[in-house]
Amino acid sequence: MTVNVGQLGHAVAAKPTGLWSWLTTVDHKRIGILYGVTAFIFFLIGGIEALLVRMQLFVPGATVLTPDQYNQLFTMHGTTMVFLAIMPLNAAFLNYFVPLMIGARDVAFPRLNAFSYWVFLFGGLLMNLSFVIGGAPDFGWFGYAPLTERQFSPELRADFWAIGLQVLGIASLAASFNFIVTIINMRAPGMTLMRMPPFVWMQFVTQWLLALALPPIAVALILLIFDRHFSTNFYLSEWGGDPILWQHLFWIFGHPEVYILILPAFGMVSDILPTFARKPLFGYTFVVYSGIAIGFLGFIVWAHHMFATGMGPVADSAFAIATMLIAIPTGVKIFNWIGTLWLGQTAYKTPALFAVAFIAMFIIGGLSGVMHASPPADLQQTDSYFIVAHFHYVLFGGAIFGITAGAYYWLPKILGRMLNERLGQIHFWLMLIGFNLTFFPMHFVGLNGMPRRTYTYPAGFGWELMNQLETIGAFIIAISFLFFIYNVLVSMRSGAIAGNNPWGAGTLEWSIPSPPPVYNFATLPVVRSLYPLWDGPNDSRLTTPAASTTPEEAHVHLPNPSYWPLVTAFGVTLAGAGIIFGFVLTGIGILILLAGAYSWALEPAS
Amino acid sequence: MTTTAHPAQHATVFDDHRRTGLINRKTVMWVFLGSECMFFGSLIATYMSLRGRSLNPPYPGAEFSFDIPFTTVSATVLLISSLAMVLAVAAIQRGDIRGTRIWLLATCGLGMLFLGGQFYEFTTFFVAEGLGIDTNIFGSSFYVLTGFHGAHVTVGVLWLLSLVILSFRGKLSQSSSLDVEIAGLYWHFVDIVWIVIFVLVYLLAPHGGGH
Repeated sequence: MTVNVGQLGHAVAAKPTGLWSWLTTVDHKRIGILYGVTAFIFFLIGGIEALLVRMQLFVPGATVLTPDQYNQLFTMHGTTMVFLAIMPLNAAFLNYFVPLMIGARDVAFPRLNAFSYWVFLFGGLLMNLSFVIGGAPDFGWFGYAPLTERQFSPELRADFWAIGLQVLGIASLAASFNFIVTIINMRAPGMTLMRMPPFVWMQFVTQWLLALALPPIAVALILLIFDRHFSTNFYLSEWGGDPILWQHLFWIFGHPEVYILILPAFGMVSDILPTFARKPLFGYTFVVYSGIAIGFLGFIVWAHHMFATGMGPVADSAFAIATMLIAIPTGVKIFNWIGTLWLGQTAYKTPALFAVAFIAMFIIGGLSGVMHASPPADLQQTDSYFIVAHFHYVLFGGAIFGITAGAYYWLPKILGRMLNERLGQIHFWLMLIGFNLTFFPMHFVGLNGMPRRTYTYPAGFGWELMNQLETIGAFIIAISFLFFIYNVLVSMRSGAIAGNNPWGAGTLEWSIPSPPPVYNFATLPVVRSLYPLWDGPNDSRLTTPAASTTPEEAHVHLPNPSYWPLVTAFGVTLAGAGIIFGFVLTGIGILILLAGAYSWALEPAS
Repeated sequence: MTTTAHPAQHATVFDDHRRTGLINRKTVMWVFLGSECMFFGSLIATYMSLRGRSLNPPYPGAEFSFDIPFTTVSATVLLISSLAMVLAVAAIQRGDIRGTRIWLLATCGLGMLFLGGQFYEFTTFFVAEGLGIDTNIFGSSFYVLTGFHGAHVTVGVLWLLSLVILSFRGKLSQSSSLDVEIAGLYWHFVDIVWIVIFVLVYLLAPHGGGH
């Protein structure tokens, strides 16, 4: 393969630039950046949707929004935050850092990785296109049948939702296959499974959850599309169908999805805390096995979302017990994090602050979660603001706090410059205060009977003050993220130079320059422990690998850029969009998909 | 051999043999098939949970029954195609391109015979028994389940035909036996799914209501 060696000099020496290089990139780091930027924009959109919802609820009887707009906004807020913000933000860290952390030069299938990103982008755009074509989905993020059926949703809204989710699912599935193989097969010499950083482990579990949980919702959505377009009646009880079938299929996906959202944050915090506490993670093995246990248990608890459907005492009890069991591995992790901080010389920099707040907020969300694991309690709380409080404490207090900690921790590696510590701390305190001001009062109004997704509420129920606090809190959260955006924009130009390892961390991604070279590791590192960079000066091979060998000497060659993933992703999305806009498009989409896939398969990979 | 690390040091992104000795493309096919288990598991569970809930005939036991002998033959045809697939993989592994071609075409032929049988069955049900996809919940769940299986067989046939075309262009050799082996994994999986569907949908259906 002399050709490849010849090309190598160019690929390694010159960092490609320009729009075309981004459209055709197969570099996991660039794809990670694309994921991160796109997901953050969707996060802002989802946040604006939430602010509009909170404005409508600021005072009783408000008419800031029409009821129809309100329904669209709370639906799209949930859908966006789950599928277009938190999942792809996790995917951004997955893409950028997992190969670096396991000492690999790229993922197992670089072009498939690009395909995942483009499908995600197109799926997100398709879903949001509904706002300008007849209105966005308006039936809640879990799309309960028969609300999504033709008789209750005659417009295109449910089609946008179902097709959008289906397309997004393809993106996540492709990524999960890719990263499962990457983590199994691409580890550097000596990087045994039990030397993988906790973040890699939790992402490994997460990718398995995606691979196994997405097919059930794919089936659920297929049946819905058949109901809407081919006159079947899967979810219509008057024709022998069963609306509860939707709930089962949705939540068989939906509960593992909860762990898909939160496990990567568990991993991030498990990597961040040891760095700042200056000591190894307490009970690493327990953290890993607890994560695996959570993954398994996550598949057998789905019906706790359905206690109110009346499944009977046997099913209720079984799902209640299984749900309560999850508190054990989750509690183990919390004790491990506290044990890591215990007697540590913790330097409370911004990432550490967010990580510690993550523990505290997640405990609150976890406790309310155990409360409605009990069916009698759940029947009181279900569909009330108490539930809204609960899942925001786990998904915002948990996932978003964890991801924000991760952003402050790892952005210096991506940008090559440190973020401003003072602005970071302002962001932290504003977000912590704003978050609790927004979501803690929801516990009270919820137990007091305020239903979730209510368009408005009458005066005199004693909910006014709480709702006003919540709205003020939501705006404080929004302001806190302005500090984050300002911080990143300023620091990427004028922040202090980060160097290889600004935090004195122990894992492999900190052994290479910031930002990393295109080839990641000039020489593949040899790993002897969980924290290779803390092994001491004897392991000089690892601490200065880039200096010892030039990439040309190491015969690194990089995968060629390719536009076929982009073309194929466009074909997939067009084929799906055809179900909304007319089957001619589906035909064209399938042709593009086939052309893309064949060209991709026949194109030399390197 | 002071250290085991060095073989991998000069490895590249595309070196398929890494930490576990597993091959990336083969591993990813297994993971994909694991995911497919959940896909067909969900479809089959849907069929089973909606079984017997049709409000109007025809459904098994009421003015309808499966032609078990016919479907047994077509199921056997599909299972025999797996044998042809194995022989195709064996042929490419010993470098016998002609044999590979013959057995791949045989696999495709048997697969298409199965699909033809399914097409004949669907038309019979539709024309003779009046069972459309929207007739009742049995029709909906039956056509969607078996239809998605048929779509998988179709993809498999196209995949194998593509390999045959590649072989005529001289792009299939002993060193690319993995390409055939991976297609084979998919093909066998699709066959195995049919065994489950055949038992649960056809053999366990109530008899005697029809004809």
